[in-house]
Amino acid sequence: MIRLSNVQKTYAARRGSDEHVALHGINLDIAAGEIVGVIGRSGAGKSTLIRCINLLETPTSGSVTVDGTDVTTLSKRDLPLFRRQLGMVFQHFNLLSSRTVFDNIALPLELAGATKAEIAKAVDPLLPLVGLEDKRDRYPAELSGGQKQRVGIARALSSNPKVLLCDEVTSALDPETTRQILTLLKDINKRLGLTMVVITHEMAVVKALCDRVAVMDAGVIVEEGAVEGIFADPKHATTQSLLADEFMDFRAGSDANSTPKTNTNTSGVAAGQEG
Amino acid sequence: MFSTLAPILLQATGETLYMVAVSLTIATAFGLPLGVLLATSGRGELFEALWFQRVFGPLVNATRSVPFIILAVAIIPFTRFVVGTSIGTSAAIVPLTVAAIPFIARIIEGAMREVDGGLIEAAQAMGARPVQVVTKVLLPEALPGIIHGLTLTAVTLIGYSAMVGAVGAGGLGDLGIRYGYQRFRPDVMAAVVITLIVVVQVVQSFGDYLARKADKRNI
Repeated sequence: MIRLSNVQKTYAARRGSDEHVALHGINLDIAAGEIVGVIGRSGAGKSTLIRCINLLETPTSGSVTVDGTDVTTLSKRDLPLFRRQLGMVFQHFNLLSSRTVFDNIALPLELAGATKAEIAKAVDPLLPLVGLEDKRDRYPAELSGGQKQRVGIARALSSNPKVLLCDEVTSALDPETTRQILTLLKDINKRLGLTMVVITHEMAVVKALCDRVAVMDAGVIVEEGAVEGIFADPKHATTQSLLADEFMDFRAGSDANSTPKTNTNTSGVAAGQEG
Repeated sequence: MFSTLAPILLQATGETLYMVAVSLTIATAFGLPLGVLLATSGRGELFEALWFQRVFGPLVNATRSVPFIILAVAIIPFTRFVVGTSIGTSAAIVPLTVAAIPFIARIIEGAMREVDGGLIEAAQAMGARPVQVVTKVLLPEALPGIIHGLTLTAVTLIGYSAMVGAVGAGGLGDLGIRYGYQRFRPDVMAAVVITLIVVVQVVQSFGDYLARKADKRNI
């Protein structure tokens, strides 16, 4: 479904910063219907990688093939049409504050020129799917972080995409909400057979959601394989340290004081207020 | 005394509102697209066009650096070319509009740059074309800021319109100068000042009301 071949992304030197290589010859194959996790620390290049799939970032070299087309060759005119086949969900939700829940979910269809009737037909069934029937005419400012992310997911699904790109979708949410959102995504994958690419820095997300995982460090995929295999026998130091974090989180979870989880939680509340 | 003052005060208020309303409308028609392009033509932005920034950025700044009363006098030939005369209420609309265009452009640009870049990225990921990013995302999200800015422009124009009164444009400023100052009528001057205060209050309150209605960020 998605194939990245020798993808390289280099940011040219600017005043005050040297040339920066974000991705070093990335090769990744993602089969249809599969949920693939890409895990790594901040700066590992995972956000750049996911943005190379829908061309929010243009690879410096290499090719990105989605559903049989090399998308790096698409013209400026065709690019929006291609992007409508992919849904994307963001860490900070990126909902329009001026639109209601319904109108936010309707936006991708509106952009594609759908009629009011078509929009209603597509959006109405999505509201119960993400559990927001009673929030139809609310504004994002009236929603909790988890509810905002449900709107973000419904919005990504409204244009009926084949692929869902998830960029740190639970990183601004508390642990309980994270669990709910992961369950929802898993459920959507089963029901709609969507291919999903999931970017995260938390092994727990990979464990709960993904079939396969690629571990990134400094712009390179250092280890890749089925989730059980990686958890059972992590080979690379980065994988081992990411797993160690998870264990620490687990232990710290039993004591309610200042834990890394609580930190994520606070930033989630802040993000909620911004949105 | 009030019976003689009331009609001229009313007429002068009407003239002021006419000058402000017309110049605000025309200036928005030009300032809006200019502001949109200033906000989106930078490096790596939707309609990257660095020449546009290089030409219109300084031009906007230059127009805004000239004190209004000097601008009004300096462009008299242009005013005469556009409306056929440089005296009267309609003639005053020309310098008011010229002064307001760059002001509005900067306000629109500022309001649009306030919009979270994540929303632009999200819209592009959904397959929005650059024009759609502007019409469906940037302008609606910037609307409360734009309304605030236009209210500010209207209030500034009320002040400016009193200045063009000094160069024969009619309106409240003209009334204050001719009757209140030159004919030593402190009662007229007081009436003009009070009317201006009331007009500005009403305009500001109305603008604030509209901006609040458009703002869904805090409900």
